[in-house]
Amino acid sequence: MKARVYVMLKNGVLDPQGEAVRHALGSLGFEGVDGVRQGKVIELDLADGTTEATVTEMCEKLLANTVIESYRVEMG
Amino acid sequence: MKAAVIVFPGSNCDRDLAVAFEQAGADVSMVWHKDTELPQGVDIVGVPGGFSFGDYLRCGAIAANSPICQSLIAHAERGGYALGVCNGFQILTETGLLPGALRRNAGLKYICRTVGLKVETSSTAFTTGYNAGDVINVPIAHHDGNYFVTDEKLAQLKDEDRIAFTYTDNPNGSVADIAGVVSKNRRVLGMMPHPERAADDGHGGTDGVAMFRALMDQFATA
Repeated sequence: MKARVYVMLKNGVLDPQGEAVRHALGSLGFEGVDGVRQGKVIELDLADGTTEATVTEMCEKLLANTVIESYRVEMG
Repeated sequence: MKAAVIVFPGSNCDRDLAVAFEQAGADVSMVWHKDTELPQGVDIVGVPGGFSFGDYLRCGAIAANSPICQSLIAHAERGGYALGVCNGFQILTETGLLPGALRRNAGLKYICRTVGLKVETSSTAFTTGYNAGDVINVPIAHHDGNYFVTDEKLAQLKDEDRIAFTYTDNPNGSVADIAGVVSKNRRVLGMMPHPERAADDGHGGTDGVAMFRALMDQFATA
C-alpha cells in the first residue's frame, strides 16, 4: 500500500521559493497569480495494514517540522 | 573544560570548532553520530556547521534523529551546555532544544560573507566576554538561515532576554534580525554565524575568540 504526505509551509509563514515562482509567472505574462506556495510530496511504500495513525506519527517525528510546516496524509 | 564535537556525515566545520575549543584550552573529543553516549564528564557539546545528511528532507532534520542526539538532548536536559553553529543551530531547533526553525534565505541565495553582529545580551556563558550593544564581525555561510518564530514566542524570547545576537544588516530575512538565541536555562546557544571561523589571525578576524574564552572561564570558576 501507498501513502502520500503533502508538506507545506503554514499560512502566515513567508515562503521565499513560492514568492520567486510567483514573480517568475508574472514576468512570463501570466496575470492574476496572487500567491504561490511551494511544498513537497513524499510518497511512502508501506507494508499492508500500516495505519494512518502511524503515518501521522512519521509526519510529527520527521517528515514535517510542525513549527513552520503543515502536512496532510492521503492513504491508498 | 571538556568539550565534545559531534561529527555527522556532511559536517564540514567540526575540526574548526574543535580547534577553536582547543585554542581556548579545552580538552576536545570528536564523537561520531552513531555513538549513543557522550564521553564521560563532558561540559559542553559542539554541534558543528556543515550539511549533515546532505540537508535531505530539511536541514538538520535527519541529524536531529541520529543516535547521538538522544544523548545530546539528555545532556541539555540535565543542564549541560551546548553550542550549535549554522547547521548545528538548525539541528538544535529540530531537536526542540531551541525554539523556532530556519527557512530558506529570503533572497533564495547561498550567502558567504562576514556580517556585523550586535551582541544583545552579555548574560550568558557564551557572551560574557562581550558587552551588550557591542558589534562584532563574524562570517556567515548558509542557504537556510532565515530564522522564524511565532509572534508569541518572539515576545517570550525578548521578555526572557534570550536573543543572543542580531544582524546589523539582516542578510537572510530572519524575524527581528535574529542571528542567535539561547535556551530557557541559557546553557544552549544556537547561531547561524560562525564564531569558530573568526578565532585566529589567519581567519582575517578574531571577534569569535571571546566566546570560547568566556566558556573556558565559566568552567574554570565553576
